[in-house]
Amino acid sequence: MGEFKVHRVRFFDYMPSAIRSMAFNSHTERLAVARADGAVEIFNFADNYFQEKQVIAGRDGRSIEALCWVGCRLFSAGLDGEITEYDLENLRPRYSIEAYGGPIWTISGNSEGTLLAQAGCEDGTVKMFEVLEDRIQFQRNLSRQKRIISLSWHPSGAQIAAGMMDMIRIFDSETHATHRLLVDRGVGASKSREVVVWSVACLNDHTIISGDSAGKVQIWDGLTGTLIRTHLVTKWDVLVLAVSQWQDESSVIAGTSEGTIVQFQFISSTVGQQDKLWVRTRTFKNHSHDVRALVHTDSAVISGMDTQLVVRPLLDKVEKNTQESALRKIAFPHRNLVSCAKKAGLLLFQFPDHLELWRLGESDRNTPGESLPVKRKPEKLIQLKTKLQGEDHICCSALSPCGSWLSYATVAAVRLYRLQISSNNISIQKVSKLPRELKSVHQLCFSSDSCRLFASSSFSSVVVVALDQTDCKYLHTLKHKSSRQPIHILSPSEDGQWLATANTDCEIHVFNLRKMKLHCSVPAYSSCPTAVSIHPTTGNLVSVHADQQIFEFSLKQKEYSEWSRQLQRQGLHPLWLQRDTPVTSIAFNPNNPAHIMLHDVFMFCIIDQSLPLPEAKTKFYNQMILRSLPEPQRLRESHAFKTCKNFQHLLSVNLLEDLSLVVVERPLVDIVAQLPAPVRQKKFAT
Amino acid sequence: MAALCEGYTLCGLVPAVNRRSSEIKGIEEERDSDHVIVTDSSRSVTLYKVSDQKPLGSWTVKQGQVLTCAAVFNRLTNEYVAVSDNKVIRIWKEDDIILDKAFKATVSADVWSVHCAHGAEPAVLFQRGAVRLLDSLLSAPQQPVEEVLVQDEAIRWSTNIVTETQQLVIFTTELKGDHFLYLQRLKPNSVQKYRLEPEEPALSPLSFWASYRDKNICLLYLYPNGRVYQSLVSVRGPAPDDGAQAVPLPRDQLLSLPVGEELLEAASAIFLDDAHVAVVGVPHPSAGPGKDFLCIWNTNFQTLQAAKEMAGKLYGQLWSFSSKLFIPHGKALSVIPFACPRSSLALALGKLKQVKTEESKTSTVVPSWNTILHGEEAAPPKTVEARKTRTTRKTQSSLSLTIDQVQDLIKTAPVEEVEKEVQELLSRQDPKDPQPSLGQLALALVSRSLADPKFYSSRALTQLVPIRCLSHSVCPDLLPLALEKRDYFLCQLCLLFFHDIPEAVTCACLKTFISLSDADAEKLSLEPDSVSFVEMLISNERAQTGLQNGFSPALCEEDRTDAVDDPKAKAKEKQKASPQQTCPVGKHKAALINEVLQTAYSEALLLPHLKDFSSDQVVLFLRYLEFLYLRYSTDGFSQMHGYRSPSLNQVMDWVCMLLDAHFTVLVMSPVAKGLLLNLQSFVRSQVRLFSELGKIEGSLQELTKMKMKKDVGQYSIEVIELY
Repeated sequence: MGEFKVHRVRFFDYMPSAIRSMAFNSHTERLAVARADGAVEIFNFADNYFQEKQVIAGRDGRSIEALCWVGCRLFSAGLDGEITEYDLENLRPRYSIEAYGGPIWTISGNSEGTLLAQAGCEDGTVKMFEVLEDRIQFQRNLSRQKRIISLSWHPSGAQIAAGMMDMIRIFDSETHATHRLLVDRGVGASKSREVVVWSVACLNDHTIISGDSAGKVQIWDGLTGTLIRTHLVTKWDVLVLAVSQWQDESSVIAGTSEGTIVQFQFISSTVGQQDKLWVRTRTFKNHSHDVRALVHTDSAVISGMDTQLVVRPLLDKVEKNTQESALRKIAFPHRNLVSCAKKAGLLLFQFPDHLELWRLGESDRNTPGESLPVKRKPEKLIQLKTKLQGEDHICCSALSPCGSWLSYATVAAVRLYRLQISSNNISIQKVSKLPRELKSVHQLCFSSDSCRLFASSSFSSVVVVALDQTDCKYLHTLKHKSSRQPIHILSPSEDGQWLATANTDCEIHVFNLRKMKLHCSVPAYSSCPTAVSIHPTTGNLVSVHADQQIFEFSLKQKEYSEWSRQLQRQGLHPLWLQRDTPVTSIAFNPNNPAHIMLHDVFMFCIIDQSLPLPEAKTKFYNQMILRSLPEPQRLRESHAFKTCKNFQHLLSVNLLEDLSLVVVERPLVDIVAQLPAPVRQKKFAT
Repeated sequence: MAALCEGYTLCGLVPAVNRRSSEIKGIEEERDSDHVIVTDSSRSVTLYKVSDQKPLGSWTVKQGQVLTCAAVFNRLTNEYVAVSDNKVIRIWKEDDIILDKAFKATVSADVWSVHCAHGAEPAVLFQRGAVRLLDSLLSAPQQPVEEVLVQDEAIRWSTNIVTETQQLVIFTTELKGDHFLYLQRLKPNSVQKYRLEPEEPALSPLSFWASYRDKNICLLYLYPNGRVYQSLVSVRGPAPDDGAQAVPLPRDQLLSLPVGEELLEAASAIFLDDAHVAVVGVPHPSAGPGKDFLCIWNTNFQTLQAAKEMAGKLYGQLWSFSSKLFIPHGKALSVIPFACPRSSLALALGKLKQVKTEESKTSTVVPSWNTILHGEEAAPPKTVEARKTRTTRKTQSSLSLTIDQVQDLIKTAPVEEVEKEVQELLSRQDPKDPQPSLGQLALALVSRSLADPKFYSSRALTQLVPIRCLSHSVCPDLLPLALEKRDYFLCQLCLLFFHDIPEAVTCACLKTFISLSDADAEKLSLEPDSVSFVEMLISNERAQTGLQNGFSPALCEEDRTDAVDDPKAKAKEKQKASPQQTCPVGKHKAALINEVLQTAYSEALLLPHLKDFSSDQVVLFLRYLEFLYLRYSTDGFSQMHGYRSPSLNQVMDWVCMLLDAHFTVLVMSPVAKGLLLNLQSFVRSQVRLFSELGKIEGSLQELTKMKMKKDVGQYSIEVIELY
C-alpha cells in the first residue's frame, strides 16, 4: 500500500499534573478530576470514559484540595481559602467566594443538595453554606475546633463527622451538640507525633469509618462513640476513603501512600448468618505513588495519582477477559496538545505555562530501511512564556498551516502572534489589537489557507476572524440554537467552504463559511464525537465517536454515505471496538482520496475505503501476515483497516504536505521517570 | 607440521627505494650447507658462514665493471665462477684476494648465467639460448655461439638440475606474452621446448622453481593472481624428431593463494619438499591486506602450516638451501631455518577434539612433570633458559650436540648418556617454539629400543612426548613399546598428547589398564593431576548431598519397588539395588582408564576391538563407568573443577558402546544384573528429566525471542511500510 517517511518525535516533554481530588456525580455519571496545577477535567463515564471537558485550565498558585458536586453544579475549594463554582457550559469559573477561614481542606455537600459544609484549617471551624440558584450564601459556623482535615455528612443531613488531629468530632447539625472519638497514635517512635485523620466516612447506620496517618482504618459506632474494629493497613498513611455510593454502603475502599488500595466489605463472616462484620477483602496495586483520590462506584474503583486515572472494575466473578472487566488507564488528555504546520514542517507544543515551537529535522536520503540518517536535527525555534507568573494556564493553542500565525488562549484572554521564519532568522510579533469578540475561548483553529481564525466561544458559538498581513478583523459569529454545550472540535474544510463543529452534547454542525450560516446538522448520535474532519475532495464529513464508531456524512446530499451505511450494516471489527482510547484526529491522504488516517494513543490506522471491510472473524491486525505474503496474495488478504502499532503513547499524528508523517510520542516511562520518588519500600531481594 | 624457526640476519642490504628487486643477484650454496656465496647486483661476491652470520671473504670487480650473473661455486675444482659485463668469465679461488688478477676469459656472445649443480660441471647459458659446458667453452673462448631463440624471445629464468645420469639446464623464455620452457640436456646435447598454458587474463608468471623428483622435473610457477601451478616434465629423452616443436606443457593447480583484490607484484614460491611450498610476498589469509609474509603451505591438505611476518619491503626473492630459507627483506638478508617433517593428517589439521582444553592446560601440566622428573631441583626459570638459548645458538655446534648428532648418539650410546644428552638438548629448546625435528629423536630411540631389548630410555621418551612435535603417525611404535615395557606413565602421556591413536591401540591400552592389578597400579607414578582428580572423586563420595541433574537414588528406588509391597522385601531390595557408590578400581588404575576415556575415537572402528574384552573386564569397566556417571550426576563438580577429566558425554558414550558390544553377555551374566538395573533406572530418570526440560523449552525459547526494545532517542526519521 505504501511507504511512509515518519518523523518520530519524542522531544515533547509533556508532563501531566498529579491528580489531587475527584468527585463522581452518580446521577449524570460524570467524574470531575482536579489536578495539582489547578486544572479541572470532566469525564463522562456513560460514554466510554471520554474526557468531554477540560473545564478550566489551571492557574499558578491555585491548588484544589476538594471537589464536590451539588446536583449538576461543581464546587471546589482549595488552600487559597476560596470556594469556586464552575460554569460548565462556558468552561470557566463562575465565581469564587472567600470563606474567611484560611486554607480549606475539604468540602462536602448534604444529600439534598441544599447545604454545603466546608472546613477551615486555620480557625478550625466547619462553615455551612446554603446553595442558592445562582450562588452560595454563608449560613453559619459550627463550633470551633482544631484544624479540620476531612468531613462527611450523614446521609440524613443531621450529622457531620469531621476528621482532625488525633480525633474525630461529630456535630449534630440540628442540636449543635458534639462528641469526640479519640484516635490512637501510631506505636513506637511515632507515638509522639499526632495522628492526622485524613479521611472520614459517615454511613447511613451511623457507622463511622476513618483512615489516618498511622496507617489504620478504624470502624466506629457513631451513636455510642465506640471503636468497633481497627485494621492496620499500611506502615504509612491511609490517605483517602471512598464508600460505594449506590448500594447499601457495604463496601469501602482505602487508598494509601504506598499506592495500594484496600477494599473492606460489610459481610457476614460465615455464610447464612446475620451478624455482619467489616472484613478486609481485596488489595490492589495499580499505582507507584500515593493514592490521593478515590471514587467507589457500584462496579468500579477509580483512583488517581501518579498522573493517571485508573478505572478498575470490581466484579465479584470475572468470567473471562471482557471489556467490562478490563482495567483502564487514562494517561493522556483526549485532545490535542500538539499543532502542526503542515506546509512549514513546524510543531507547536502546548504546556500549561508556555509554548514551544520546533522545526522538524531533515534527512537527505530516501534509502529503504528502518531508520534514515538525520541530516539536520530538529531545533527549538521559540519558547513562548505566558506573560506573568500566577496567570491562568494555557487552555488551547493553534498554529496556522503555513506556520506564520500562532495563537493561544487562556480563560481570560486570547493572544495572536505573527511569525516570520526564514532559515536563520526568526521574528515573532504580537498582534496587539484583537477584536473584542475574541474572549472566553476554549478551542482555536486556523483555516487551511491561514486567512481565517476560528475560535469556539461561549454558548456554543464560533467567532470567525479574518487575518491580514498586519491586523485581524472580526467577521462573524456562527451560532446554532440547539445546544449551549461547549464546542470541543473545530474542523474547517480544505477548500475553505465548510466548518464542522462538535460539542459535548454529541452534536455536529456544519457551517457554510461563504454564506456564514448553518449548512446542516449531522443526525445526533448518542456518543460524543472525538474527532471530526471534512474530506478535501469528496466533501464528506468523517466523524469518530467515543464508542469507536465511524460515520461518513455527505455534505452535499446531507445524508450518510453509502460506505458509512455499509459500515453500520456490517459492524466494526470487535478488536476495533475494544480499544480503550479514543481516536483524536482524522487526516486524509491528498494523493489517495480513499485513505482516511486515524490515530489513538496506541496505534495509527489508515482506512482504505476501496478495500472490503474486515469481518468479525478475520484477523484485524494483519500487517505482519501481509508482509510475509507475496504481492498478489497480499491484495486478496488485505482489508480496509491498515493498523500500525509501531508507535505507542501517541500524542499526535500528522500528515505533512510532503506526505511524510509526524508522530509525537510521549513514552510513559519518561513521565514516570520525572515523578517524585515514591515511598521507599523494602522489596524482596533488594 | 612444518615450522619456521626464529630467523637471523646474514647481512645488511642497502635498501632499494625504487627498484623492484633487491640488490641481491643470487645466492648459491658453497662447499657445504653452512656456507653460501651472495652476489650483489653491483660488483661484489661475498662468502658467508651462515651459522656464524659472518663473511669469510669478499671479492669485488673493478669500478666500471658489473657482475651480470650470480657467482657459482664449482665443487670439483673449488673455484668460483662469475661473469662480468656479460662477456667476461672470471674464475678464482678462495685465496685469491684481488679479483682482477684472477683468470678471465672473454667469450663471443652475451652470457645469461652460469650454473653449477652439486658435483656437476658448470654450464654457461647464453642470452640467446645456447648452452655450453664451461670447460669446453674455455678451451676456445671465441668459438661462435649459435642463436637458439628467435628474435624478441628473451630468457626470464634459468636453473640447472643434475639427475642420476644427466645434467640439464632449464630456462623459460617469453615471446610476445607466450611463455616457453626449454629443457637443454647436456652430454648428449638436446633441447626440448614446451609451451606453458597461458593464464588468463594474459598474466606472466612471477616466479619459477624447479626440482627433480622421481625421474621428473617438477616445475613450480606462481602467477600474480595467486595461482600456483606445477608441471611435470620427464627427464628422459623426447621423441627425436619434435625437438624444435613447442609441446604444450600440462599443468596442475597446486594452490590458489588468497591475494585479495590486487594482483601480486613481487612474490615467489619454491618447493621445500614434495608437499610443502614456501611462498613469499603473498598476504596471510587471515592477517589483513599486508603482503609481507613468508608462508609455508601444505599442498596436499591446502593448509597454511606456518607463517612469519617479515619486516620491511619484500622483493619476492627467496632461496632455500638445506632447510634454511634466505629472504631479502627491507634492509637485511635473513636466514630462516625451517622444518617440514612428513605430515600426517592429524598434524596437518593440527586440531582435535580437546584442543581447547589442552591449550589451557599446558601451563599447569608442564611444571608438574618437572617436579616428578627432576624432583625438587626444578628447571631453571624460563627467562634464563631463553637467554641461554639465544647465546648458545652461535656456539651450538662447538659446545653441545646438535639434534643430528644426538640422533647419531642414540644409535650407539648407553642409556644414561642418551638421557643426559636428550635432556640437555631439550633444555636448550625454546618451549614455545619446538623444533619438529625433535620427533626424529623419538623415532631413533624407539627403533633402538625395538632392535635392542636391553635399551629402553623411559626418561628420554617421557621428556620428548610432551613437546608436541610427535604424534602416533610419526612414531607408531612408541605406544605399543611403552605398553610392552609396562611404562604406564609414558602410555598416559601418549594418550594425553597424541590425537591420532588408532582404536586398536586404544583398546589394547584399555585392556591392559583394566587387567592391571590394583596392587601393581598403586606403585605407579602417574601424572599427578589425573590422580588427584580421582582422589577427589573418591573422597567426595561420602560427602554428597542433594541431587543433581534430576537424578536421585531414592527416587529411582521408588520407581522400581512399586510392585514390592512387603516392607522387608523393600528394604532388602533397597540394599541390594542401592547404586554403586564405591569406586570399583584403585585410583591409579582409574586415572589410567580416565585417560583412555578422553581419547578421540571412531565408534565403528572401536566396537570390534571392544568385543575382545572378557566378561569380567567388561563388568569391571562398566561398574567403573557407572561409578563415574553416578558421581557426575549426583554431584555438581563434574565439569566445574580445574582438572582434566572425562566429560559426562564421554562416559555415556563409552557405556553405550560397551553395552552395544557385550549386550548378550551382560544379559546372561548374573553378576551384571544389578548393574544393568541401575543403569536402566538412570536412563529412566534422565528420560523423565529431559521430558520435563522439553516442556519448559518452549517457554524458555520465548525468552530469547523477546527482542530488546531499542532506544530510539529523542528524534529519528524512519520509514514504515503498510501493506
